[in-house]
Amino acid sequence: MSHPEPGAPLGRLEGQLKVTGAARYAAEYTPRGTAYAWPVPATIARGTVTAVHDTDALAMPGALAVLSHHNAPRVTPADDPVLSVLQNAHVPHRGWYVALAIAESLEAARGMAAALHIDYAADEHDVVLTEGHARLYEPELANGGHPARREHGDFDAAYASAAVRVDATYTMAAQHNHPMEPHASTAEWDGDRLTVYDSNQGSTKVRDALATLFELRPEQVTVVSEHVGGGFGSKGTPRPQVVLAAMAARQLRRPVKLALPRNQLAAVVGHRAPTVQRLRIGADRKGGISALGHEIITHTSTVREFVEQAATPSRTMYTAPNSRTTHQVAALDVPTPSWMRAPGEASGMYALESAMDELAVALGMDPVELRVRNDPAIEPDTGKPFSSRHLVECLREGARRFGWEERDPRPRSRREGSLLIGTGVASATYPVLVSPSMAEACTVPGGGYRVRVNATDIGTGARTVLAQVAADALGVPVDHVLIDIGRSDLPAAPLAGGSSGTASWGWAVHHACRRLRALVMEAGGAETPTTTLRAFADTSGEADAESPYARHAFGAHFAEVAVDADTGETRVRRLLGVYAAGRILNSRTGHSQFIGGMVMGLGMALLEGSTMDPSFGDFAERDLASYHVPTCADTPAMEAHWIDEDDRHLNPMGSKGIGEIGIVGTAAAIGNAVHHATGVRLRELPMTPDKVLAHLN
Amino acid sequence: MATTSTPPVEHRPTASQITLRVNGAAHRLTVDHRTTVLDALREHLGLIGAKKGCDHGQCGACTVLIDGHRINSCLTLAVAADGAQITTVEGLSDGEQPHPLQRAFLDHDGFQCGYCTPGQLCSAIGVLAEAADGHPSHVTPLPGTGSGAPPPGSPVPLTSSEIRERMSGNLCRCGAYTNIVDAIEEVAP
Ligand code: FES
Ligand code: FES
Repeated sequence: MSHPEPGAPLGRLEGQLKVTGAARYAAEYTPRGTAYAWPVPATIARGTVTAVHDTDALAMPGALAVLSHHNAPRVTPADDPVLSVLQNAHVPHRGWYVALAIAESLEAARGMAAALHIDYAADEHDVVLTEGHARLYEPELANGGHPARREHGDFDAAYASAAVRVDATYTMAAQHNHPMEPHASTAEWDGDRLTVYDSNQGSTKVRDALATLFELRPEQVTVVSEHVGGGFGSKGTPRPQVVLAAMAARQLRRPVKLALPRNQLAAVVGHRAPTVQRLRIGADRKGGISALGHEIITHTSTVREFVEQAATPSRTMYTAPNSRTTHQVAALDVPTPSWMRAPGEASGMYALESAMDELAVALGMDPVELRVRNDPAIEPDTGKPFSSRHLVECLREGARRFGWEERDPRPRSRREGSLLIGTGVASATYPVLVSPSMAEACTVPGGGYRVRVNATDIGTGARTVLAQVAADALGVPVDHVLIDIGRSDLPAAPLAGGSSGTASWGWAVHHACRRLRALVMEAGGAETPTTTLRAFADTSGEADAESPYARHAFGAHFAEVAVDADTGETRVRRLLGVYAAGRILNSRTGHSQFIGGMVMGLGMALLEGSTMDPSFGDFAERDLASYHVPTCADTPAMEAHWIDEDDRHLNPMGSKGIGEIGIVGTAAAIGNAVHHATGVRLRELPMTPDKVLAHLN
Repeated sequence: MATTSTPPVEHRPTASQITLRVNGAAHRLTVDHRTTVLDALREHLGLIGAKKGCDHGQCGACTVLIDGHRINSCLTLAVAADGAQITTVEGLSDGEQPHPLQRAFLDHDGFQCGYCTPGQLCSAIGVLAEAADGHPSHVTPLPGTGSGAPPPGSPVPLTSSEIRERMSGNLCRCGAYTNIVDAIEEVAP
């Protein structure tokens, strides 16, 4: 029996299905008698629905029903108020769903939605976040349970007396997740049993929400999410489509399919909230930081408080005996923000790592050396030792691979015709998050093993890496393991989010497999025992135990850009990332995760921004023609490398999450490269040509 | 031959009978005039390979080949494709033998979530044919500039920048682009 090699570049187990078109996503189930639904978004930014005129819509061929707050089934509120759709006449923001058209065909449902006449009583709205906005307040907690405010020492005094100071404010427009598969559900009732095929990042959570909403026991609900076309946080929580599909299917007593139109997503699946971030760093002339201030202003909706925890990386990254990290939020009449890949870190590290570059310039110091100099021995905020921290090694290794030494640090020192060339660096970090999970492993009659866990593969390679974890724990080749994921009737598991999936699921899979292995040994060690042997694991109390260590992944990003001095267009020529993220469990899918994060970071730097229209209360860039995500031609030569890290304080696999760190710091590295190329410090994302050009001439 | 129907028509005809020839099989069906090729494939014929990412010609997930040319099937009405030969991702392999591009996407991990993948594959097949037919792209050097450009009409070598340019109508939010380019480069002549 050959033992599997840890970290082997095993190809995706569902790869064949994906390249042949056989992998089935949520909207691709069509039970007999399926009807089609089309949602209708509010066209005012705040107010009340006063009438729903559906006569024309219902007269159309194929029309079946129109649901609105007048006639939709009542639901019991779940934890998340965005799921209480069609329950009352109130419109909290533009794009909030006010009706659902249902018809025999997709075309008819869409036609009905267009033929609905909805009357509103509109109220005044307030949608634009500004510094000094009257509604700003300091919340108790920011996303992730982080305290909104932390203070150490005397920031004001230390900053005032620092020899070298940077005081800079960075702004970021809202960003949209836009996974390629729009959120979709197909719902079917069988008496009081509900089955939904839903696109999400964790179907145990969707099942529990549906059970609450429809007053069912969890075992009366099955949520199937076998293949999911990306999520990037927007599918981490149940979204309105699953509630609407289940409501419609109950009302019509037949299956209903609902795929959200792309141009409606911006309003209903969360977004990365815009931020205004003030960074103040005080240092001595050798670059030692004495004072660090990171103050966030952001928005949330009136529906639910979500506070982008952008100041949190400043609590971890650098030595700062005197620090202040704060968040303020204004509840505006806007769609509810939520998770988008690396919430907190992506925004916060853009600002912190840009400010570090500004400090390096102010000091006349190499930006790599400045970061090395301020590398802390313990986590500054908690005082805990790091379970492992190899930021310095990532910076050094990245600098070596990138050829950083040859860099002339003077801005605007390289030119090729009309192109200004520059390079930049930024650090990356992402916390180690992990949640309890259950898993089951059993022997299969006739040979082999079966592992069951309700993990979700949103493109990360979860299915594949869990099979590797199982094989490793069982001590068998990976092709002896069958793995079942993506159904809520499997052992309950947390979501694919916070870069915690593999650690959380893998931990339970590891334990279940180790137990099963012991049972097999007890039974004589044959891989084909006559009776089915079964082992179960639940990591509650273990995976969520408080760690005495500060646990984070670290990394370094290096970028080379060419800025066209005539057009202001910035093209990234090279992107290189080096990461220290524990043990990489599959080098092939791991590499893809890192690269994918970097591509999204490139989008954040140069392309992605959504403007709030002050008069309509609407995101102006709602579709893929107006909200630009990186294309193939935008993507430069890319490299992702990692440092082997042996960290015994994580989980049985020794892994840290890798799904998000690739986006963290990438935008700062690119922005720092733009400064190096042009001498212009933009402090505003995305760095579109109009913004760059305004400073060039 | 599969058949399917839409609801009864009252005043003037809003549906027509057409034949879609998909992956070598003819399907006679009655479609609403608003039905796109994409929805006809996915909702009427149960061919779920072509994906709907935007329904507006903005993402390329729905790319299929019609009479050998890549098109966004969300922008093409089914009635306009009456009689045309349609190839979807389900029709790329030769029996059990995967198309070389499918093999290359697997070998290079040219996808993550896989949702853009059928469109990327069909688009890449279109790219190979267009380059072989001598269609220039935005990055093809202009002939006669002494840049080693191929004479008009002769095959355009598929450098990685040619591939990047020609594949830019197919978005991949997972960011698998570099692997996609490697996969196509391996198959390109
Ligand atoms: S679905 Fe056709 S281009 Fe997006
Ligand atoms: S593989 Fe997910 S969008 Fe391309």
